[in-house]
Amino acid sequence: MPDVTSQVRARQESGSAGPDGEVATVPAAQPEPAVRAAPGPTPERLARAWARAIAGTSFVSMTPAELRSYLTGLAARLLSAATADTFEASVGFEVGVALVKAHFTQPASLDHTLRVLTEQLSDVGECTRAPALQSALAAGYAHALRERTLAEQEEIRAAAMLARSEAEAARWASEARFQAVFAGAVIGIAIADIEGKIVDVNQTTCDMLGYTVDEFRQLTVDEFIHPEDAPGIWDAYRALTRGEREHFRLEKPYYRKDGQIVWTDLAVSLIRDQDGQPRYVVTMVEDITERHHLQTRLRHQALHDPLTQLPNRTLFFERLGQILDDADDDARVGVCYLDVDGFKMINDTLGHDMGDYLLLAVARQLHSSISGPGQLVARTGGDEFVVLVERSAGPDQLVEIAEAALAAVRAPVQLGGHEITVSASVGVVERAAHTTSATELMKAADTTLHWAKRDGKNRWALFDADRHAREVTKFELSAGLPAALERGEFLVEYQPLVRLEDETVMGVEALVRWRHPKLGLLGPDRFIELSEETGLIVPLGQWVLGEACRQAAAWRQQYPDIDLVTSVNLAVRQVQDPSIVAEVSAILEQTGLDPGSLQLELTESAVMGTSGRPLETLHALARLGVKIAIDDFGTGYSNLAYLRSLPVHSLKLAGSFVAGLRPPDCPDPVDKEIVATLIKLAHTLHLTVTAEGVETREQAARLRTLGCDTAQGWHYAMPGPPEHVLALLESSVCQPSPAI
Amino acid sequence: MERPTWAPEDVNVERPSVARVYDYYLGGSHNFAVDREFAEQVMQAMPDAPAAAQENRAFLRRAVRYLCGLGIRQFIDLGSGIPTVGNVHEVAQSTDPTAEVVYVDIDPVAYAHSRAILANNPHATVIRADLRQPAGVLADPKLREHIDFDQPVGLLLVAVLHFVPDSDRPADIVAGYSGAIAPGSHLVVSHMGAEGLDSSQDQALGLYKRSSTPIVPRTADELSSLFGDLTLVEPGVVRLSEWRPESPDEPAARENPALAAVARRD
Repeated sequence: MPDVTSQVRARQESGSAGPDGEVATVPAAQPEPAVRAAPGPTPERLARAWARAIAGTSFVSMTPAELRSYLTGLAARLLSAATADTFEASVGFEVGVALVKAHFTQPASLDHTLRVLTEQLSDVGECTRAPALQSALAAGYAHALRERTLAEQEEIRAAAMLARSEAEAARWASEARFQAVFAGAVIGIAIADIEGKIVDVNQTTCDMLGYTVDEFRQLTVDEFIHPEDAPGIWDAYRALTRGEREHFRLEKPYYRKDGQIVWTDLAVSLIRDQDGQPRYVVTMVEDITERHHLQTRLRHQALHDPLTQLPNRTLFFERLGQILDDADDDARVGVCYLDVDGFKMINDTLGHDMGDYLLLAVARQLHSSISGPGQLVARTGGDEFVVLVERSAGPDQLVEIAEAALAAVRAPVQLGGHEITVSASVGVVERAAHTTSATELMKAADTTLHWAKRDGKNRWALFDADRHAREVTKFELSAGLPAALERGEFLVEYQPLVRLEDETVMGVEALVRWRHPKLGLLGPDRFIELSEETGLIVPLGQWVLGEACRQAAAWRQQYPDIDLVTSVNLAVRQVQDPSIVAEVSAILEQTGLDPGSLQLELTESAVMGTSGRPLETLHALARLGVKIAIDDFGTGYSNLAYLRSLPVHSLKLAGSFVAGLRPPDCPDPVDKEIVATLIKLAHTLHLTVTAEGVETREQAARLRTLGCDTAQGWHYAMPGPPEHVLALLESSVCQPSPAI
Repeated sequence: MERPTWAPEDVNVERPSVARVYDYYLGGSHNFAVDREFAEQVMQAMPDAPAAAQENRAFLRRAVRYLCGLGIRQFIDLGSGIPTVGNVHEVAQSTDPTAEVVYVDIDPVAYAHSRAILANNPHATVIRADLRQPAGVLADPKLREHIDFDQPVGLLLVAVLHFVPDSDRPADIVAGYSGAIAPGSHLVVSHMGAEGLDSSQDQALGLYKRSSTPIVPRTADELSSLFGDLTLVEPGVVRLSEWRPESPDEPAARENPALAAVARRD
């Protein structure tokens, strides 16, 4: 019975006493040595019945066998007492005590015990002994149970008190710890109730904001609203007090009691009560005024130009982006993009210091004359400034601002003892905010600024979408030229040159066309100028020359009897190219074309401007046997004396003179006189004359009357593919084109 | 509310404590009026409650003896409650007086009382801890003075896991312990069953549900799953009285749905 012994032993050692004051020294479970042989129950039999009766009535930590063994000991003592020579009723008392010690603490255990004993002891010993033992047992049981109950009550009470005092001590320690943290913290701590009334603040908070604790307690959280509070923080605060969030952090400015501003980093937390209801708001406050100022300064530095202190490119784009993002559907936005004219020269001649000084002066002028509400003047680069107009009222307002800006820049500046006046050019763009992006807007502004510069500087230009579109197309064409040449997108058409005398075809002019994959068939007016700008005219011209010569040779082979001149345009750059003679010669050789069948058309300026090497080129070409014609004669400034010495064979009259001969009833008399004079002049110089742009029968007749040699134009034939020329050759006589 | 770990708790003897209510079921007087009132309410609904408590206590004794028989000499009794007759250290130390026993309970009164009881026992101690945090319990320096984790341990979760709701992830808690103990260690569990409940038992559970310590009854399958990779020893998950009874006439509360099991870490 290992369970019970220690328990019982412990109880015995603590000295539980019987009713007579004797210490119960006999271990309850120890078997009695002598049991008198007598009729009636044996201890075992009694114990068995007893165990049956009380098992389960109370909790005892014994197996059934252990219980029987334990009760056997008690039964033996009872039986022994019942039959002993001298009767000791106290044995009953001790057995009652022993039952409680084994933890038979439930009243049912006593009840069942007494019943069993009543049954089992009725025939044992003297008839008075059994009841006496039973009543002593009941008394012992009651006594022990009472003792045990009191002891346990005392124990649990002591334990509760101990636990409580420990908790109290822990709370005290934690309170002290909290007080120390609260009082000694270098960050401010403020506690407010849910209504916003400030309950407590620590000294650091007082020092930070200049109020005493008592003054704070008169204040509510609302009184610390600051105009620069980040949007939404008071919503966050209210959500916190409603228990919808636990904490948030933010930076917030406060007014000190003395009116100064303190910037703080706040951590605001909700404290709930035991039922989870919002109770307090605790705010940790850190003074970050210095950091804030530093950040503000750094941000200012990052967003402003150090020289002029104007907003820089970054800030300008930040603001522009913001405006475009926040724009309503009908909001308009505008920029004036300003560039000081000739600034590089000022910088180079007067030095960078002076240049900077000038920029500073310009910046000041711009700033003082333009910075209205919603208008931002920024320096976006070297000598570039931008005025951003946030809510534009329309192009007129922008133009007004551009003019003000120009006027501001024109104000004389004292520069190192000199008074200097500079000008600027301004590109103005104004459009609906939701239709544009910052990049697009500034690209347009840049383009427009270039227009202003190109148009002569010291002026503004307003962005024009059509002009821009044209330029874009031009640019795209220009950029597409080389690839087009490589891909073979060019082709040559031929327009007959007709001898006026007998209206027979004496030649053709080769005219280049571009079969553009998107734009369709483009005439030379769309791309020749571009190709001259880019230099592509040289390979393009060469290709046209080759193509035309090949075609001419083919015709010649097919119709050896017909004398046909093929006229090909030669650009200035081609003439300037030293290899042109060799190239022409090579092409003639390759195609086998008779040089006399080739005419090269040069513009008046190309011919007249020639001296030195180009003149040499001209002579060399002439020496090859090639004919040379001056195209568009009369539109340039021809040096007639010089013309005489040039190896030229033919003049082509500019279409504008010929046009004067077109009206059916009365031709322009001046044009008519000019044409007559030019023809006479040409003939004097032994040059033949070709009239271009002949569109009517009357024109042709008048030209014939004036002695003009050849004509070309819609009246005779449109430029067309080689097959059309072929058809003409076959008919040998040219009829007016039905297409006219 | 986020409570800092150093904030003290209240010792509130105005509310019934499961530990003291249990003591009352077992006929002890380590309890207060409020505990007895609650216990009487339960007993009114379910007069068998004390018998069930006795049966549970008898299982504890059998299980500890079984583990002692396997040579286990150290025990951790998680959720030990109010020390009463037939404590683990009494059972274990009756086999070997040097057997080590550590009691763990969160109830501050049970903790204080256990300390008083164990003051003079060099091989037994009590720590105050939340058994739902195995890492914290196992790291307790006082516990580690008594327990050698290289040797098998008897880990007791007797009539306590049913106070751990699923939201506290009881399987993870068990795994937290079983992962830390040496092979040959055993886990002893008794637990309120969820199967075969009669109306009186439902009513009693209802009383607990409204208390601060509601009981979560679990089925045998649910209980089995809490053991993770431990191996159940015979006879597996069974009713309390069916777990290795010591004699055929073992007193048994009729229709007690509580379950018992012992599992081994291999």
